[in-house]
Amino acid sequence: MNIPTDLHYTPSHEWIRLDGDIATVGITDHAQAELTDVVFVELPAIGRTVDAGDPAAVVESVKAASDIYAPLAGEVVTLNPDVEANPSLVNTEPYANGWLFKLRVKNPAAALKLLDATAYAALIG
Amino acid sequence: MPHELKHSPLEAAHIALGARLVPFAGWNMPVQYTSILDEHHAVRTKAGIFDISHMGQFFVSGPNCAAWLNRLLTNNIDSLAPGQGQYTLMLNDKGGVIDDLIAYRSGVSDFFLVVNASMIEEDFFWLAAHQDPDVILRNESELWAGMAIQGPHASAIFAAACPGQSLPPRNGYATTAAGAIVCRTGYTGEDGFEFFCPAADGISWWNHFVASGAAPCGLGARDTLRLEMGYPLNGNDLSPTHSPIEAGLGFFVDLEKPDFIGRDTLVRHKAAGTDVKLTAIQYTDKGAPPRAHYPVLAADGTPLGELSSGALSPSLMTGIAMAYLPTPFSKPGTPLQIEVRGRLFPATVVRKPFYKRSSPPLPHEYPHGSPLHSLP
Repeated sequence: MNIPTDLHYTPSHEWIRLDGDIATVGITDHAQAELTDVVFVELPAIGRTVDAGDPAAVVESVKAASDIYAPLAGEVVTLNPDVEANPSLVNTEPYANGWLFKLRVKNPAAALKLLDATAYAALIG
Repeated sequence: MPHELKHSPLEAAHIALGARLVPFAGWNMPVQYTSILDEHHAVRTKAGIFDISHMGQFFVSGPNCAAWLNRLLTNNIDSLAPGQGQYTLMLNDKGGVIDDLIAYRSGVSDFFLVVNASMIEEDFFWLAAHQDPDVILRNESELWAGMAIQGPHASAIFAAACPGQSLPPRNGYATTAAGAIVCRTGYTGEDGFEFFCPAADGISWWNHFVASGAAPCGLGARDTLRLEMGYPLNGNDLSPTHSPIEAGLGFFVDLEKPDFIGRDTLVRHKAAGTDVKLTAIQYTDKGAPPRAHYPVLAADGTPLGELSSGALSPSLMTGIAMAYLPTPFSKPGTPLQIEVRGRLFPATVVRKPFYKRSSPPLPHEYPHGSPLHSLP
């Protein structure tokens, strides 16, 4: 299972890549493998403010719809149009072109409370 | 689930293949092995194999059993010669559906019934409650493993796996030298057969068919395949409160044959029409996959009901669904909206099936023995 070391992770299987106060959010390789066949992605409205843990997006497989939670508090500033047009990018490139949205986070230091790659790897066994 | 999950005699094979097992109708069953989309396409283009051991097998025999079954089922069992089968329905006194099933005539006075997993006990109880002293009724559901091999390559797979034997014709019933039952039926809209063998032989037959080229497929693909054909799933699209006429299954009801349970309601529904009809609905554009219980609205926003089934169609890559709607809204071309998490997706009423093969099937290829999709 691919778990890049430069990312932060949540127990609910989101990842973030932090660049200043901008966090790119996606779901992990493990999560996409569990979901299989992502066929629809619903992204939040630009400008929406979210708290950490708020449902922010929905990723749907053939069988089920799964909420994706905001890993940190902030404001939605950018969406990934490619993943809306081609939801299978979540399966094929979960850490690259399969990202979902970007947040301007209130407190970038809060990322330190998320899981690192080692802790996430231990979580998913 | 109120009871402990039941286990298919093929479960060890599913675990060895890495299947994801989920509870379905009280059984621990494979929902997928690799990918629902891949498994769906395997059945449409090559062949897949499904575990159907959860389904029920009843054997009915006795000199008067044909007349007895004809009183309990909607289709005309007298039209079957030995070796033939038909899709049929069992109704309650009000004409609502208890179960849909396939009845095969295995001999002049012998029938083989395959019923839905969730309904085995209730069906058997209903049949037993109407028992005729001259009829012998046996529930052998626990004794048989079942598998459905479906897809354009299914007959070649049978030829490879059972050399020297031939498949029965469409909807037909046959037995093999090894004591298995082979029925030329299915739930996918593709050619194929359903194979029942003693439970202890199940895994070796399963492995044999897989080695002959059938891709293991789970209940996820089974659901998308049947929905693309507009086939109903009991519990979703069929219920004790809706008649087969409301469900668009009038083709499988014979009002000319002698009286049968539920007939009065069906005569009325046929003569006067019904207030609601099970309606096929397709998105007009891309959208969030429709799922059972999502609200259906008219174009002007009037609530009309909820979906009984829904899915993203892997063949059409758009949302398809069914719902009982007021009859004026069930006409093909009627614009509708499906509500998903507060968002409305435009849809339209279409004719069944949603998926049409590029070349029209021959009459003998129609599933369940009839042109289901040419029904009104």
